[in-house]
Amino acid sequence: MVPVGRGWLFLRRWAAGRVYPKRSQFSRMLLSENPKTGSGSGAWDGQVVVLEPHHGWRQLGLREVWAHRELLYFFIWRDLKVRYKQTAFGAAWAVLQPLLLMLVFSATLGQLHNVGPSNLPYPLFVFAGLVPWTLFASSLAGASNSLVSGEAIITKVYFPRLLLPFASVGSFLLDFLISLGALAVVMLYFGAVPSLAILWLPALTLMALITALGVGTFLAAVNVRYRDVKYVVPFLVQLWMFASPVVYTSTLIPDRWRTVFALNPMTGVVEGFRWALIGGQRPDDLIIVSAVASLLVLLGALIYFRRVERTFADVI
Amino acid sequence: MGEIAISATGLAKRYRIGVRRDPYGRLSETLWNAVTNPLRRRGSKDRGDDFWALRDVSFEVPRGSVVGIIGRNGAGKSTLLKILSRITEPTLGRAELHGRVGSLLEVGTGFHQELTGRENILLSGAILGMKRSEILRKFDEIVAFADIGQFLDTPVKRYSSGMKVRLGFAVAAFLEPEILFIDEVLAVGDAEFQKKCLGKMSEIGKGGRTVIFVSHSMPAIQRLCDRAILLDHGRTVVDGLTHEVVRRYLESGPGQTGSREWTDPANAPGDDVARLKSVRVVPSGGGPTEEIDIRLPIDIEVEYWTKAPGDLRPSVNLHFYNDEGVCLFINNDWNDRDWWNASRRPGVVRAVCHIPGNFLAEGRVVVTAVASTYNPTIVHAVEPEAVAFVIVDRSEGDGVRGVFTNEFPGVVRPMLGWRVEQVSETVAGRG
Repeated sequence: MVPVGRGWLFLRRWAAGRVYPKRSQFSRMLLSENPKTGSGSGAWDGQVVVLEPHHGWRQLGLREVWAHRELLYFFIWRDLKVRYKQTAFGAAWAVLQPLLLMLVFSATLGQLHNVGPSNLPYPLFVFAGLVPWTLFASSLAGASNSLVSGEAIITKVYFPRLLLPFASVGSFLLDFLISLGALAVVMLYFGAVPSLAILWLPALTLMALITALGVGTFLAAVNVRYRDVKYVVPFLVQLWMFASPVVYTSTLIPDRWRTVFALNPMTGVVEGFRWALIGGQRPDDLIIVSAVASLLVLLGALIYFRRVERTFADVI
Repeated sequence: MGEIAISATGLAKRYRIGVRRDPYGRLSETLWNAVTNPLRRRGSKDRGDDFWALRDVSFEVPRGSVVGIIGRNGAGKSTLLKILSRITEPTLGRAELHGRVGSLLEVGTGFHQELTGRENILLSGAILGMKRSEILRKFDEIVAFADIGQFLDTPVKRYSSGMKVRLGFAVAAFLEPEILFIDEVLAVGDAEFQKKCLGKMSEIGKGGRTVIFVSHSMPAIQRLCDRAILLDHGRTVVDGLTHEVVRRYLESGPGQTGSREWTDPANAPGDDVARLKSVRVVPSGGGPTEEIDIRLPIDIEVEYWTKAPGDLRPSVNLHFYNDEGVCLFINNDWNDRDWWNASRRPGVVRAVCHIPGNFLAEGRVVVTAVASTYNPTIVHAVEPEAVAFVIVDRSEGDGVRGVFTNEFPGVVRPMLGWRVEQVSETVAGRG
């Protein structure tokens, strides 16, 4: 994919037509030579489209999303362009959000005994948790609102509806990369040097994305019919943060509850992040349970989404 | 030719009216229903408030033909288009589309107000199904067609509505699908631009592309389509050659006739104070009402029976609507002051409303006849869409449109007085 940190530049130049990304051998194999899906976003070339009522469960439709990935990039690009229009600080908000939270938590919870681990400065500890958490929280909020705010196009043109929550989540990846840079600065300040474990970071990020995608896609679909979601999400995100070891360490949880605790995929993500960046005992058990949980969440969400997708244009 | 591009069999679409009335259902209601009535299946059939927007529509379209879909508001045209363009699923039936599909249900699909013209061309193009390389290749042509010049890098929110329309259409005009669905988009934009769009669309048809075109504009349908389908209340009424279908459309439905008469008071609309006897459209010279020259004055004659005592004063009023349901104007017989002030006697009364020539716009006019009394206001007789007639403008140069032959908007087309004179013979700044 896009090299870290140059994502925004790449997308900008890509959308403006100044970059012609080379397609990898793999994706060429997978796509353009496949006559059924055609190439690029023109997913119907030489294909018969059958329109008929669907009942019950459908396929996940990920193949169609992949066939429309160009449009997915365009949606991500649009979300990025629009998000920081008419803001004074622009993309600096990507850093400011977790940074301000770090200050708040350090000044309050950080003063308490035993909340963080004894061998780490609390600000570093909490910031390393807040960075992936912010990715998750903003992606979740963005995705759950993506269909409703895309009403104008949903009722006027066909494309795989999954693109909207996917793009929403994707657009926060750039914010995340920026805040990762801020995290590097904080680590430098506290003299924390990461080990090779840092190579696990992409996988852990993916896990956060999968979780956000799962919950966000599900809520987006529910939101189409029940606008209650708008009120539920901020509350849910807040509650979820305290249910995850973001501002406190997972060692506070009694051992017999650890597996249950890890059913929350963000537990594995946040603890994994700290381990990958700062070191310590690798939380294998948490990561494995959380990874499985996140995949199940996504799978369930996709199944539900596909089931209700056909009524979106009618009820939105 | 001969190859089928679109085939539809038994397409039907049901809407739940209850759902439509409260589109943002409430979670609490659903949960409450689930608790109080756990055995009832959600969406079961006992609601009885279904609305079939489309019923059993079947047709086949060979590759390369341009088909118009016509019908009155609520006939199911848009629903059909939404099903064909995959925005919503049919409730019953099946359709097959052979080829790459593009749909154009509004102008400027996917435009974002905050983004610039340049950015919106890319975005809208992508949303409408163009590949990025395709958009980039056609970019300059699109900009030229839209004629937005130096505003290319200005946010669209600062565009005039005309510019937005031009930009939106320009993007769409360069779509190259094999099958294209177009909904009424030509109803916007200035005349010159509409002409350009129609030209572009004829090109599309000739390029061997299959086009389904929904419109209220009979001239546009007749110009572009070789075949038309008339829908009414969700069903196909006629499917055939354009001029025949358009004629059926203009004749069909309620209030198609230029003359209505009730011979038996028992069946006539109204009560003892006023009961309609007849309503007639009488063009000056007494010609047919299917096509009345825009220059001719028209009389609308209403006769009614009345048993009214002298102080109740039944009064006829006429409501004029155009084909899109817009009320053009209402008029009342109290403009005849002598009659209005006179004492009334039982019997038959005839009220004639005189419409001058060069006043109504082209198209179909539907008249609702009403008889009422005032103080208090009581409506005694109503006949909705009692009579109808069609105004045509032959553009012979002495009408309001003069020699101008393009779309001429406006719900009426009065010949107003003008006075134009030379004020001076110097040009400002030039001495």
